[in-house]
Amino acid sequence: MSPDGAALAARLRARDLDAAPAALNLLESNAAEDRREAESLLSALAPGALGEEAPGHVIGVTGPPGAGKSTMLSALLAGWRARRRTVALLAVDPSSRRSGGSLLGDRARIDFDAGDEGVLIRSSAAGERLGGLARSTAAAAEALAVAFDVVVIETVGVGQAETDVAEAADTVVVVVQPGAGDALQFLKSGIMEVPDVLVVTKADLGRLATATRRDLAAALRSLGARSTPVLAISSVPPSSGIGELLDVLEQHRESVDVAARRTRARRTRALREFLAEHGERGLRGIGGRAQAERLLAAEDPGAEVPSLIAALERTLAG
Amino acid sequence: MLRPYNDGMSGERPARLPERDRPWMMRTYAGHSTAKASNELYRRNLAKGQTGLSIAFDLPTQTGYDPDDELSRGEVGKVGVPISHRGDMAALMDGIPLDEMNTSMTINATAAWLLALYIVTAEQQGAGEDQLQGTTQNDIIKEFLARGTYAFPPAPSMRLIADMIAYTVEHVPRWNPINICSYHLQEAGATPVQEIAYAMSNAVAVLDAARERVDPDLMEQVFGRISFFVNAGVRFIEEHAKLRAMSILWEQIGKDRYGVQDARHLRFRYGVQVNSLGLTEVQPENNVQRIVLEALAVTLGRDARARAIQLPAWNEALGLPRPWDQQWSLRIQQVLAYETDILEYGDIFEGSKVMDALVQELLEGARAEMDVVAQHGGAVEAVPYMKAALVDSHRERLRRIEGGEQVVVGQNRFEETEQSPLTADAEGGILVVDPALEAEQIEALRAWRSGRDEGAVREALEQLAEAARDETGAVNLMVPTIAAARAGVTTGEWAGTLRGVFGSYRAPTGVGEATAGSSNGELAELRAEVERLQEQLGRRPKMLVGKPGLDGHSNGAEQVALRARDAGMDVVYDGIRLTPAQIAASALQEGVHVIGLSILSGSHRELIPAVMEALRDRGVQAPVIVGGIIPEQDVPDLREAGAAAVYTPKDFDITRIMREIVALLAAEAERPALAAGSAPA
Repeated sequence: MSPDGAALAARLRARDLDAAPAALNLLESNAAEDRREAESLLSALAPGALGEEAPGHVIGVTGPPGAGKSTMLSALLAGWRARRRTVALLAVDPSSRRSGGSLLGDRARIDFDAGDEGVLIRSSAAGERLGGLARSTAAAAEALAVAFDVVVIETVGVGQAETDVAEAADTVVVVVQPGAGDALQFLKSGIMEVPDVLVVTKADLGRLATATRRDLAAALRSLGARSTPVLAISSVPPSSGIGELLDVLEQHRESVDVAARRTRARRTRALREFLAEHGERGLRGIGGRAQAERLLAAEDPGAEVPSLIAALERTLAG
Repeated sequence: MLRPYNDGMSGERPARLPERDRPWMMRTYAGHSTAKASNELYRRNLAKGQTGLSIAFDLPTQTGYDPDDELSRGEVGKVGVPISHRGDMAALMDGIPLDEMNTSMTINATAAWLLALYIVTAEQQGAGEDQLQGTTQNDIIKEFLARGTYAFPPAPSMRLIADMIAYTVEHVPRWNPINICSYHLQEAGATPVQEIAYAMSNAVAVLDAARERVDPDLMEQVFGRISFFVNAGVRFIEEHAKLRAMSILWEQIGKDRYGVQDARHLRFRYGVQVNSLGLTEVQPENNVQRIVLEALAVTLGRDARARAIQLPAWNEALGLPRPWDQQWSLRIQQVLAYETDILEYGDIFEGSKVMDALVQELLEGARAEMDVVAQHGGAVEAVPYMKAALVDSHRERLRRIEGGEQVVVGQNRFEETEQSPLTADAEGGILVVDPALEAEQIEALRAWRSGRDEGAVREALEQLAEAARDETGAVNLMVPTIAAARAGVTTGEWAGTLRGVFGSYRAPTGVGEATAGSSNGELAELRAEVERLQEQLGRRPKMLVGKPGLDGHSNGAEQVALRARDAGMDVVYDGIRLTPAQIAASALQEGVHVIGLSILSGSHRELIPAVMEALRDRGVQAPVIVGGIIPEQDVPDLREAGAAAVYTPKDFDITRIMREIVALLAAEAERPALAAGSAPA
């Protein structure tokens, strides 16, 4: 017997955070019955059904291993809770899938108050490539953004990771540590897309951190991304820069057209999932990529991913 | 070079020494229940011929919590003595003249505090700090790597150590402020090469930190006060070679890196606790001969003989040893020192080609591995690298034992046995600490707090915080720490104040970085079962692995997590020092299908029921599997409390444990409530 997707959706709409774990279990399940319930959960939480985009701020955080993401997130969690925001953190682990299994160690790295029911941390294994999201992660973020004030998707990687995260987040934050040359090179060469916010950790290292921050800012200027903030933070007591980062994140969210960004992201995801399911042949069957994009553009801007895929599949069948 | 005993004599050395060597210092690692009970134990041990003290502190004392802290639940007085303030220390040392005693304290994160309490206690006895002799273990890097009783982040932890070194070299000159531990690395699975290389790299990190805090003229003395705490396994020839290799490396580091000239200061000084990892729960009497052979590793060759020895008890894998069990281990030392002839000769391995070749092999391996650590930026920066390497080595060791490649008599070979009369008594041949003691200790602590001058306490803590906040480190932290000890501050208050300034810390777990396991036949079969289970559940089976309580011995939990991953599960590794509420929150939020908990400190009787209650409160239905040093006679009670399965040290085959867990989940999946995971819908 599957949990009732519509009932869980109603609880999330009432901002009942206790409904979140069961909703996530459902969204991650591949059992046929669970998939049907998951679809009804998602359609009940779609912007069309809500009458607006989900109110939560979805933030993607990515960066290479050891850059200090977990430490930064610990400080951000405390900061958001001090501002009375509820937070869901989806920690996507790059852990090897070689044996099919995975080791999700992030939970042990993040410091938070276990008794605080305003914080939820959920770990999952990454998709096929480094930094890639599991199929359910974007859907999970969508659903949780209905109930939580902030939803963070944390992934590992530099260069490709932001692309997946950008499809699921309102704000993309790339985290680098002082002296990290990779990020700078990737940024200059265009391998890495320009993020919404760049954070240099370990500011307590002093000159090296300052230099890294300056180099990144210069690279962004040369790419014409003058307005992208580059922040330096330190999580070592006395910590610094966390309050500023919280402000910058909020400002970014206020400055972007969230609805347009999410609509675009949902359509991209629908097309990608359609492609994964039906392949290039399926894409040609509906008249190629450009035609598919036109078809999607004709759908309701608030339509959720499963219904967008269904629309493409109707064209394929018709 | 190893030192000849008869420098300046020409010709052949005589076989016998002109005079029999003095025996090493004999200790027993002891302490439990209360300061008073431990004091009685120490006095009895000294009367039996023990020549020094080795204090075992309980986990709250080691990690800087008072007995009434939430995290101390079930741990008070378990693996050692609880010391919360100078009153406790005075009771512990009552009637033992500290100006004559040589005391070793297994204390690390809170070493500065316990040394301060010891100094203040001596002061009350009328002994000056310059008269005190002994050792504080104080090796924080190995706590991050293997033992888990750290309290503060790496940088301030290193500052505390450097401050202690700087203070003792001036004011407590006969004290060994730090004992670099390779012991725990071996317990965590280190190979001999890793044990040597990581211990030496660790010592270099400590000395480099001390160099920043100490008058350059004193560096030679500082080097001379660094001692080691090593391990010896049952492969005792190679283990002896390891110690010879360490003495050569140490001398070289002293000369080359720190410019030490004086031969006395260059000497590699070490104490030993021999291997516990290889002791078995099955046929536990076999552990006696293992311990004897391991003792030979550190006593046979005069050129690399231990300065101080403590031996584990035969029943360590079963639970806490009783005084009689510890006496047996002391008698092993005494027979070795007083009945055999080992103290009558020069170095019996001198000129041995086999020994020299072994030493050379270890030296080469260790130097190469030290280079790797140096490339990571030194031991502090290399903690994640070393941790992952240890987890890998430990897994390899288990693989060899499970596959029968490495023979463990009684465990994977020659398993047929008669019933042991040694474990036939009601308690199963171990010490059981009265659970009522925890409440009494909390009462006593409250009485202490109400009887002291609160103003003086606040003032002392403010001074401490101020010194800690000053990043230039103008004030040596030992000074306000000793003042706080005098003012009647408690262990939890001292550590809590420093946590407030330094922040808290969670060490790397090493499991994320560990490489994927081999896919031998048995594991491949298990994976197929896990795939089937996944079909049943709709999701990949997800397991939470963690350690409740303060016990930081995470090796077992890490290996279970790795094997579950290799079997194809999603594993949330939640690390050490978890409260029941944290475990329940993790299980609920992560939507796990099963929870694996490991406890080695003997606190399972209190902690498992507490975890079960927290899980019920949050509506988590996932079955709980318990493992660790769990005496056989406690198993029924844990099952009664709700544990779905209990594994004791005799269950060494982790793949078998995994198979049973998968079977359990498959059976549970038939029940509809669990099909969607542990969370209530």
